[in-house]
Amino acid sequence: MQASVINIEKIRKDFPILERKVHKDKPLVYLDNAATTQKPVQVIEAISNYYLNYNSNIHRAVHELAEEATAAYELTRDKVAKFINAPRREEIVFVRGTTEAINLVAYTWGRQNVGKDDIIVTTEYEHHSNIVPWQLLAKEKGARIEYVGVDDGGQLMLEQLDRYLETGRVKLVTFSQMSNVLGTISDSEEIVRRCKARGVRVLVDGAQSVPHMKVDLQRLGCDFFAFSAHKMLGPTGVGVLWARRDLLEGMVPFNGGGDMIREVHKYETTWNDLPYKFEAGTPNIADVIGFGAAIDYLEAIGMDRVREHEVEITRYALEKLSEIKGMKIYGPMDAGKRGGVISFNLGDIHPHDLATIIDEDGVAIRSGHHCAQVLMERLDVSATSRASFYIYNTKDEVDVLVRALNRARELFRI
Amino acid sequence: MSSADIYREIILDYYRNPRNYGKIPNPDVAQRDSNPLCGDELEMHLNIKDNKIADVKFTGKGCAISQASASMLTELIMGKDFEEVKKLSKEDILENLGLHDLGPARIKCALLSLKVLKSGLYSYLTEKMKDTASADKMKEEASGLY
Repeated sequence: MQASVINIEKIRKDFPILERKVHKDKPLVYLDNAATTQKPVQVIEAISNYYLNYNSNIHRAVHELAEEATAAYELTRDKVAKFINAPRREEIVFVRGTTEAINLVAYTWGRQNVGKDDIIVTTEYEHHSNIVPWQLLAKEKGARIEYVGVDDGGQLMLEQLDRYLETGRVKLVTFSQMSNVLGTISDSEEIVRRCKARGVRVLVDGAQSVPHMKVDLQRLGCDFFAFSAHKMLGPTGVGVLWARRDLLEGMVPFNGGGDMIREVHKYETTWNDLPYKFEAGTPNIADVIGFGAAIDYLEAIGMDRVREHEVEITRYALEKLSEIKGMKIYGPMDAGKRGGVISFNLGDIHPHDLATIIDEDGVAIRSGHHCAQVLMERLDVSATSRASFYIYNTKDEVDVLVRALNRARELFRI
Repeated sequence: MSSADIYREIILDYYRNPRNYGKIPNPDVAQRDSNPLCGDELEMHLNIKDNKIADVKFTGKGCAISQASASMLTELIMGKDFEEVKKLSKEDILENLGLHDLGPARIKCALLSLKVLKSGLYSYLTEKMKDTASADKMKEEASGLY
């Protein structure tokens, strides 16, 4: 194994799944990390430890188990706040994932603040989860959706954002900090600055950025921020919505039920304090606790080193993939300015055929539209193949990918 | 089955040089469907005369399996009796393609063409033949294909 900024050999030992074989005897080469990452034993043990030793509901009972569970659940909130440098812990709302976080904003803040002929600005490289909730809202309110286009280098065309902002009708600008297809890292601070100059609210989708680079919300200056645990070593079913306290205070609840109330009477209810006002019902306690272990794991490595490792492996992969005959790579080519997500097409091989073929060599990549059909239209393709990296991936694995792609190329006689 | 068995010369040939590719002006049947998982698209046009498939064409975008399957299906049904075409099964399609033991994800690619055909025949039976009994059976067969 090559030398790296992080101790990959040691890291890989924490992920037993990476030891398994697929298709009988092929070592697994897992390159579908933008979809979901694998989980280290530390996370799996944190979850099972809760169920084995202190399983109980939180926030209500006074017995010892409940106190331990409540403390562990709330400790993750502190860890999240510190991890993304949020100003206040009560601004961290646990949800099911990025999708639910964005829907929460659309259904509460959106319904209260977006009206007829108002404009919601998104971008051509958004995931469906940052398009469809806004379409639903726009249809309901008679509002409009506009898109900031993507240029041939995979960058957002910010002059288009300026034109929309000049109309004075924009209520919200929403964009992903890192594209899940192109790997482009948005110029987030600049976008936020331009919006703030016009008093426009900004939502940032951090599903792809938070797992892979240091994110500092106080520096970013946005109003809403969403991301998921399962793309950063944590379990599925947990995500975070962060929003400014004054906004959360003004928003109506998303779900009504237990835990989100202060007092319930026959015809009147008052809301609990933040963030509980937005966490109705028994939350996903075990997985929130597991998420805390995932954050600990990443903090121990250091997000700067996570990023450095990914730049290194992405640079190597871009170089090796470019050498393959018939290869077309989408998105920025400078590894220092992009994430570890590489979308490509190889000759006229459809991505599903390609993924089927290289799966036989143990290589797991994603193929399809990646929940980004608007971007697929912009790129004028029906689908792409996508390899995405994380802390446990090695250059040797990139070599396996390249050999598998060459075998596919030969099979298709390209 | 291994990819070397799937991506045989004949599949690649039908993928790259699809037979009966195109559209029929004012067809008796025009049916479109897509696979939401992977975005494969398929549209099939049919003309039916004297209880036979007088003409059939398709257009689409997608993987080699879905597109070759569609093209080979058009050849299979061209000129055939309507009653015979109605009876085509999943096994017939896979046999025609020479594909067996496809995994659950990829079998959808192979069967998209039959699904579009059966949905098209359903519309035809409903609107033109007013044969609701046969139509309902056809609809059920189409939705049971995945």
